[in-house]
Amino acid sequence: MTDEGWFAGLDPEDHGAAVTRIREGQAETSADWPRVAVEQGFAGNRDEYYDRLHEVTVAAAREAAGERERAADRQLVHAVRAMDDCREQANELAERLSEWAGSLDDDAGTGVDYARELAAQDPETPGDRRVVSLARRVVGLDEEADDLERFVETTAPEVAPNLTMLAGPVLAARLISLAGGLESLAKKPSGTVQVLGAEDALFAHLRGDAPSPKHGLIYTHEAVHGTRPEDRGSASRALAGKLSIAARIDHYSGDRRPDLQAELDERIAAIQARGDDDA
Amino acid sequence: MRDLPHGVERRTIDGAEGLATQGEPVYGEPESDGWRRWDPHRSKLGAMLELGMDTGLDGGERVLYLGAAAGTTVSHVADFSGPTYAVEFAPRPIRDLLDAAESRDRLFPLLKDARKPETYAHVVEPVDVLVQDVATRGQADVALANRQFLADEGRLLLAVKARSEDVTADPEDVFDDVVTDLESDYEVLERERLEPFHADHLGVVARPR
Repeated sequence: MTDEGWFAGLDPEDHGAAVTRIREGQAETSADWPRVAVEQGFAGNRDEYYDRLHEVTVAAAREAAGERERAADRQLVHAVRAMDDCREQANELAERLSEWAGSLDDDAGTGVDYARELAAQDPETPGDRRVVSLARRVVGLDEEADDLERFVETTAPEVAPNLTMLAGPVLAARLISLAGGLESLAKKPSGTVQVLGAEDALFAHLRGDAPSPKHGLIYTHEAVHGTRPEDRGSASRALAGKLSIAARIDHYSGDRRPDLQAELDERIAAIQARGDDDA
Repeated sequence: MRDLPHGVERRTIDGAEGLATQGEPVYGEPESDGWRRWDPHRSKLGAMLELGMDTGLDGGERVLYLGAAAGTTVSHVADFSGPTYAVEFAPRPIRDLLDAAESRDRLFPLLKDARKPETYAHVVEPVDVLVQDVATRGQADVALANRQFLADEGRLLLAVKARSEDVTADPEDVFDDVVTDLESDYEVLERERLEPFHADHLGVVARPR
């Protein structure tokens, strides 16, 4: 680390290099930079220095903010989609595997856990070798999904801290993914958030074939599936309302609002208490 | 009550009297005759002035503002101050801060982490006033880490958010802890709760030791 100002050795006309210095430079201690800049001939006087500083700090902040925004929520969306794909593929291949293994062994099991058992075996015949190799692919995909989930767990709180606090990292990421980004999620009315992921049921309803869906993806949230069926409509409406507020705060202000969690808990407890009264 | 800094006045705007500064409007605040309302409900520093705390501000100072967020408060600060460095780490709110900086040529936005002063010490000059409003844990540590920017006769104007340190603890205990930590490097001149403008916030005026 040096103790030089951002302008040290820069050509005053080189805007791009100056922006990079603002973004990436460091110094151990501060100094009277306007005076130093004038002494070093970077600027003719203080006012000229400040004019340049204004120009490059605005450009640097704009550039850095744009990069960080695009990077973070796109990464999260890709990761959660890849995670879901890996799980789905692992399950599908596990089915194929247990069908094949069942033709060789009457005691063959099913699912990814069975694939894990098979993967640990030492194959003897060429047929066994293929089955065991396939099992190892299944296990590999499942482990990849686990790693992706861990990545989602660390990224979601950075992208959307309040939404993640209320929904948990995976549901938060899936909502952002389905909406097509945090910004689009923040712009959706809470009624839409409530049925995100239930598009088939929603369109059936709009055609007049079915009742309106009470919940989509958010069904997986404890506040909804932990509520008795009669009250799930209220619970999912209340949850969707808070999730929408959380997404808006995350997108527009970036502030943390721990109070949202208490408000949601209180609301859900009141809804769940209705059932206790009847009992 | 101490006089307001030069460039801050009580004006009647839209039929209501309150603090105001002169500058381009930023967030839809009421304005008239080139003056715009500085709402103490939306600004901790505004609340400190409204409550009559002795901030030592005179107008025209060099300012380092930590936790500028969307620029609501820092836009008013830049209206009555000299060169104003605004540090904010979240990329989304900084877009609004950039709008505020558009019409304020001595407001310098920095997308930096206030916990890492070495990442902006090559840009920020020593200042007369350090304003801090960061909603993270370790608010005293941030003030201590940025002490190096403050001139010997300068002032730290700090808003402490109790809930950022500990949601469950009694705010008064949190404030005592933060003030105790501060006192290793600062002399605390005044502390006051920011109610009714901001719940569970403490305003602190301090000077470097």
